[in-house]
Amino acid sequence: MTGRWRDLALAGAGLVILLLVPLFGAPPAIRDFIMFGMAYGLLAMSLNLLIGYSGLVSFGHAMFFASGAYAFGLAMQSGKFSIPAAFALAIVFTAVLALIVGAICVRLNEIYFAFLTLAFQMLFYNVILGWVSFTGGDQGLMGGIPRPKFLGIDLADRTQLYVFCSVAFIICIAILRQLVTSPFGYTLRLIRDNQERAAFLGVNVPLVKLTCFVISACVAGVGGILLTLFVSGAYPNFGFWTTSGEAIFMILLGGSNVFLGPLVGTVILRLLNDITVTYTSHTELVLGIVILILVLGLRKGPLDLIAERLENRRQAAAQAVRDAADAGAADTRKGGS
Amino acid sequence: MDLDALMRCVGTTSCIVTQLTSGMIIGMLLFLIASGVTLIFGVLNVINFAHGSLYMIGAYAAWTFYQLTGSYFISALGAAVAVGMLGVLFERFLMSKVYGSNVLMQLLVCYAVVLISDDLIKIIWGPVSLSMGMPVEFRLPPLRFFGGVVPPFYIFMIVAAMAIGLLLWLVIARTRFGNIVRAAAVNGPMVSALGIRVNLYYAAVFGIGSALAGAAGALAAPVRSLTPGMGFSILIESFIVTVIGGMGSIVGAFVASIIIGLTRSFGSIGFPLFVDGVMFLIMALVLIFKPSGLFGRPHNK
Repeated sequence: MTGRWRDLALAGAGLVILLLVPLFGAPPAIRDFIMFGMAYGLLAMSLNLLIGYSGLVSFGHAMFFASGAYAFGLAMQSGKFSIPAAFALAIVFTAVLALIVGAICVRLNEIYFAFLTLAFQMLFYNVILGWVSFTGGDQGLMGGIPRPKFLGIDLADRTQLYVFCSVAFIICIAILRQLVTSPFGYTLRLIRDNQERAAFLGVNVPLVKLTCFVISACVAGVGGILLTLFVSGAYPNFGFWTTSGEAIFMILLGGSNVFLGPLVGTVILRLLNDITVTYTSHTELVLGIVILILVLGLRKGPLDLIAERLENRRQAAAQAVRDAADAGAADTRKGGS
Repeated sequence: MDLDALMRCVGTTSCIVTQLTSGMIIGMLLFLIASGVTLIFGVLNVINFAHGSLYMIGAYAAWTFYQLTGSYFISALGAAVAVGMLGVLFERFLMSKVYGSNVLMQLLVCYAVVLISDDLIKIIWGPVSLSMGMPVEFRLPPLRFFGGVVPPFYIFMIVAAMAIGLLLWLVIARTRFGNIVRAAAVNGPMVSALGIRVNLYYAAVFGIGSALAGAAGALAAPVRSLTPGMGFSILIESFIVTVIGGMGSIVGAFVASIIIGLTRSFGSIGFPLFVDGVMFLIMALVLIFKPSGLFGRPHNK
């Protein structure tokens, strides 16, 4: 229980830090950066629940990011829903979508899973592009997303929007944290490490994978909703394959074995993007080269590498302490005899 | 949804001929790409997510060679050979480094290559779309079958793709090279222990798969517009083809390509908005009822 309370306390502290940013009069650019970071961070964090914890390498996760964004945006533009209702509706829609795609995909092996999720994402993307009368095609959802007041909260106000997004973000991260430290989370790792053994132990492997897939999709959907609220629109590239690729890259950059790694990766990638954009228009080229260097050079994320080094050092130190103790014990024995 | 139009089309031979040829064209392009994907997967057990980029590079290379030489046949051959060599380099310097590791690393390498090649294409050939136009060799009056009009180039495309497919099948099924490749697909280390340099064969297989994509690009160049990123949508369709046909099966890729090609051409009349959906539906049905694909070996799921 102590670990759980500590995590919740940390989540609370994180929220306080996020909320302090606007108080200290941070320039709007920084606040915008954080808002983007929260939306894409949820995408990367939820994808890591699949890739890092369950071994399900999905190459189509941006589909759920876009489905959350579009469902929320369309619900708000219809004018029939309040913000909480549209929020819930978008999550339910994303969950149903994930249930259908997941039911087809989770039984497949690793490679099939990767490219079928990719294929389904492209189907979804093509539907967005093709169904112009409903989704606005390649123009996206234009004309802004209405943000009526609810419960005295006015999301048209930038500061209130920021607070709302921060709270939603921290809640999602806390849920993910609770999930990976729960027995369910350990079941996921068991499946990742040895699927057959998990099955023999009585775990319903497809069902657990499907549950994980749906939960992860819902969190990605929340990320999409936050982005829609923030940019006041939804665009097809939310669900394009490059967005999925970026999310995977964020995980690599941050490291999949550290819980908050993907979040760090998100920040690094966004900084990298912002920096390259100021120097060159060929961001993809730079990004591609960075990926190749990381994958072929380091073979893992920089943070994973640091975490591993620290772990090795700690073990070496512990070993040294044990050796010293052994030597001391031997000395005393020698002295006693 | 316009099933009446589909019915009207099926009622006239001219429309059937037109749709059949356009379906076969789509199908044959898909077949060349999918057979490369399936060959590489069957032997090396990796999915080349960058295969669409090789197709794109093939198309652009053919365009450039055609501007230089003015001969379509030379440019098509040149494009296939150039992309094949590029494939060997890609395999030796990038993909072979991540064979043992998990799918994530392979995915990232391919993702990086797709990003880099798309951007390089933009730098070298510009971001606007190019078009080759009908090559001089094929500026002939169209042929007529049963009232339908068929450009001669379409016939050439279909015949060329089928010939390449047949040649590939013969090489894999009937030659010593093919025997070794098939043996390496089942047990690489064992083949290596017999004194055969398996790495060379791996590179060769990757090269052949890439050359197929290059040839597909060259064949597509006269009838498709060339844009950076043109490879990605055809890659997705070739994945669908390999899933339907069965991973590792060239015959399966052939049959599935024709199914998808005809679905696209006839579907574009009857249900234009749902063509993608129907393709995915076919794929989902195959996955549910025969997960190894129509012609796939069950253990190689």
